[in-house]
Parts: sequence; structure tokens; C-alpha cells
Amino acid sequence: MAIKKFVVGSFEDEQVLFPAVKKVRKAGYKIHDVYTPFPIHGLDQVMGLRDTSLHTAGFIYGITGTATALSFMGWVFTKDWPLNIGGKPHFPLPAFIPITFELTVLFSAVGMVLTFCYLCQLAPFVKKHHFHARATDDLMVMVLECTSRTNEEEAKAFLASVGAKEINVQVAEEGWWLGRYDKEQKLFENKTESSLV
Amino acid sequence: MSFREQFEIPAKYKMWSLILMAVGLVSILVGYFMYGAGDDHQNARFWGVLLYNSVYFLLVVNASMFFICATTMAMGGWQMSFRRVAEAISVAVIPIGIISAVILLALVLGHKHHIYHWLTPGDDKILLGKAGFLNPTFFIVWTALTIIGWIFLGAKMRSLSKETDANGPYTAEEGKKYIFKNTIWGSLYLVWFGLTVASTVPWLWFMSIDAHWYSTMYSWYTFASSFVAGMALITLFVIYLKNQGYLELVNQEHLHDLGKFMFAFSVFWTYLWFSQYMLIWYANIPEETVYFKHRVQGPYRGIFFLNLIINFLAPLLILMRRSSKRNYTLLVFMSVLIIFGHWIDFYQMVIASVSKEHVELNLFDFGVAAGFIGLIMWTAGNALTKSSLIAKNHPFFKESIIHHT
Repeated sequence: MAIKKFVVGSFEDEQVLFPAVKKVRKAGYKIHDVYTPFPIHGLDQVMGLRDTSLHTAGFIYGITGTATALSFMGWVFTKDWPLNIGGKPHFPLPAFIPITFELTVLFSAVGMVLTFCYLCQLAPFVKKHHFHARATDDLMVMVLECTSRTNEEEAKAFLASVGAKEINVQVAEEGWWLGRYDKEQKLFENKTESSLV
Repeated sequence: MSFREQFEIPAKYKMWSLILMAVGLVSILVGYFMYGAGDDHQNARFWGVLLYNSVYFLLVVNASMFFICATTMAMGGWQMSFRRVAEAISVAVIPIGIISAVILLALVLGHKHHIYHWLTPGDDKILLGKAGFLNPTFFIVWTALTIIGWIFLGAKMRSLSKETDANGPYTAEEGKKYIFKNTIWGSLYLVWFGLTVASTVPWLWFMSIDAHWYSTMYSWYTFASSFVAGMALITLFVIYLKNQGYLELVNQEHLHDLGKFMFAFSVFWTYLWFSQYMLIWYANIPEETVYFKHRVQGPYRGIFFLNLIINFLAPLLILMRRSSKRNYTLLVFMSVLIIFGHWIDFYQMVIASVSKEHVELNLFDFGVAAGFIGLIMWTAGNALTKSSLIAKNHPFFKESIIHHT
């Protein structure tokens, strides 16, 4: 992961945010992310994000669960320790279905939760930079990533023109890191260019 | 922007519904001469085909009204843009209900004991023990009450919906009152639906064909079957109307949710189907396995597994993807497949009990089904012309316009 420079603007209303996202993308700025306190329908389309592949992962976890359950029970009751239970065949498929179903659900549920956390960069002891504390409360925070060709004064002016409030430039780690806030906060307190060395 | 609110029946649509109804009538006549006049076994096939077809299509169109009432109770708004379509389909409960009532009364009054052998219990202890429920008087009274209740409560829900066209737009206060009234009548319908489709009616009409046998899953299983086919029917009508240039406010989001219903209730159907099958298979008690003996190990084996492939595996694997639920062509294909699949399910529920020794599935079955499809097209098409296609004054209408999944 890398430390980068971001231009941050806050919006109070999604009626302003939607056209702003469209204009910012049209002007060619790179949107790092938009942080909102609640899910906003249609924002992903406007931002041009691709569909998540979380469900594909879920399907794969699910069939892994199915295969695990069937192959394990099949191996136990035909090869390892065949038992005559009520005169049923050694591979009694209907009797295996409930357990197969449960393992399918278990695998896909646990797998999808972990994958979701990974995709959102959430985990115990893992830290991420917060661009604005009120993004979890009542502000929608749009973060533009500065590239080598970005003039941040222009970007700030542009954000102001599309209705953003509290516009500032922050230098921050873009990804997640292992660590503690109290010790590493210093790195990010000084949100000026000089810390970008 | 103006909307095409008034549906005009295309000439082709009218022609096809008439052709299908004519095919149905001819099939019934030909079937009567082929089977109805024959020996007891052939006679039973004739009445069995009429029984499962009429009840299947009755429950499928009735599921439309169930869908309306269930979403009303859930304070749902997303279905408003195509609610009139579901209402129009539910109008077909009236003609098909009358036809089913006639067929069911004919079975009981005509002493068709090759279908309902509880009609002549003799000194059969089990049948005598069930005689408090399985007797002609109760059957006739309950069947009549059931169908009259569906028709009356359904008509009430439809008239409440049409009221909004003349009385609206509502103020917030009036809207609340309207929603309250709508909820009361919707809940009455649901209570009646629970007492009939979700419990007694499948016992009386279908399960009593195997009068010695019983299953506590049976009614739910029948309900799930008819509901998923009902959702498929609504989907077909919505897509047809969209292709004709109506229902401008319905988009992929609404179709996606209809697809979800088809997917979810296919899985629900399988859950009930399996819950019924597995317990009986596991316990392996002769009184219970008698129902599955000729279905799983006898001549109906092919249909038994075909049923599972069409109604479980196909919807599960095909409708699972988000993109397939938003694809009109694929949804049409799946709707047709699901309606056919549950028709086959009803076929094996009835015919496999009536004629255990050999399978007969021929043009007679398909012809009668075509007749009912034509009747649904005719009735629903006419009902659609009677009022605006858009329930634009309903208080929740805006929710449907901005619906997003």
C-alpha cells in the first residue's frame, strides 16, 4: 500500500451528491471512494463501479460445502465404517440431504462474511484512514485521488463549484495496515504536503 | 410524458385466446368420447384430467390475488406499477372457479368413486374414521364456500383498487384511511386463503384421492406449487404488456423482484417436497410409502424425477444469477418452464393416484390445459381493458416508480 494525496469534500444531501459525482467523473478526476453513513441506491452505478463478485464467491463456497458434506459422509458410510442403519443403503442420499444443505449454507455464509470483510478491508487490529469522522454520521464524503497530473487547487475549486463543503487536502495511507491508532496517528496528523516524502 | 394507460386487446391476442379455448373445448369433447364413456378406469382418467387441470389453473390465478394481498399486508409499494396486471389475472378466478366447482360437484354427486373412493366407504374402518371430514355434504359446502369466498374477497380488493382512480389523488389523511381499509380486506382474504389453499382445500380435492394416506406437508406443497406458477404467470403478462408498449413504469428492477419470487419459491417448493418425501422414505412405514411406491419405483419414475429437475434444478441454476433475473428473454423462458413444471407436478399428484399402473400423458391433457390458458388470456385481457393499467392514485405509487433493487 502506498501513501497518497487526496482531495476531500463533504456533501450534506444526496440530491447534491449525485450530480456532483457525475460532474467530477466527467471532468476526469479519479474518485477514490464516496463514504456515506447509509447505503444510497444507485450511487454505485453513478460512480461506475462494476458489480461485486461476492456472489460468485458465495456460489463457489456453497458448492465446496456440498461437495465436502457428500464426499465425507459417502466415504465414512461406504468405505471407512459401513453400518447397516434400518436396512437403508450404504449411501442413503435423502438422509444426507439435510446435512449437505446445512454445510452448503454454513460454507457459503462464513465464506461470504470473511470475503466481504476482506473486500471492505475490515478485520480485527486492522486500521484504515478516516477522511472525515462525520462520514459515519450525517455527511457524505467524496474523496478524489490525486495523480501526478492533478492540480489540487483546481480540484478543490471544482469540488466547491459542485456543492461540496469542508474541502481539504489529506495525505494518507490508501489501504489498510496492521497497527494501533495511538502510536501511528502522528504520521497522519500533519496533513500537509511536507509529510509526503 | 404521457403514459398508455388504456389497454387495447391486439387482434392476434384475441385470436389466440379464442383458438386455445376452442382447442380446450374440442379436447374435452373428444376426451369424453375417448375416455368418459369407457370403463371405470378410462372414466377415472377423463375426470382426473379435468380435476387437476381446473384446480391447477384455479390455484394459479388465485395466487395473483394472494400476491396482491400479501404485498398489501407487508405495506409493499414496489408492485404498484404492475398491480393492475395481477388484479386482471385474478379476475379469472371467477370463470375457472365456476368450472372447477362444476367438475368437483360432478365428481361427488356423480359418485366417481374411482377418483374419490371415500364416497363409498363400505365398512372400511379408516374411511369411516375420516367420515366426519370426508363426506359429500361437507365437501360440497366447503368447496362452494371456498370458491365463493375467493371470488367475493377478490372482487372487493379489486373494487378498492379501482376506487382510487375516481377518488384520488388522496391527501395524507385520506391515504392513511384508504391503506387501513385496504389492509383490513387484504387480511380477510389472507385468512380465508390460509383456511382454504394452505390447509383444507388440497386435503379435500387432491389428498383425498389417496383417502387412506395423509401428509401434513401436502397443503403447503400444493400452495407453493401454485404460488410459484402464479408469479411466473404475472411475469409473463408483465413482459407481454411491456413488449406491446404498455407499463412504461415497470423496468428491470421490478422484473428482478418477480424473478426473485420465482427463484425463492421454487426453492421453497423443493423444501416442502423434500420434507414430505424424506420423512416418509426414512420411516418406511407401508401406510405412508404407498403414496410414493408407484411414483418412485413404478411407472411414474420418469415424471417424478423430471418434476424435480424442472422445478428445482432448473430455477436454482438458471435464476440464481442477478443478470438472468434482469433478462426478459430468460425470464419468459423460465416462466413458461415453471408453469409447465408445476402443471406436471399437479398431473402426477392426481393422475399417479388415479391410474397407478400405467402412465398416460397425451394430447388430451395438453388440450384441456390449452383451453384453460386460453380462458385465462381471454378473461385477463378483457379485465385489463376495464380500467387504467396504472394505479396512479394509490398512496404507495411513487415507491414503485423509484423502486431499486
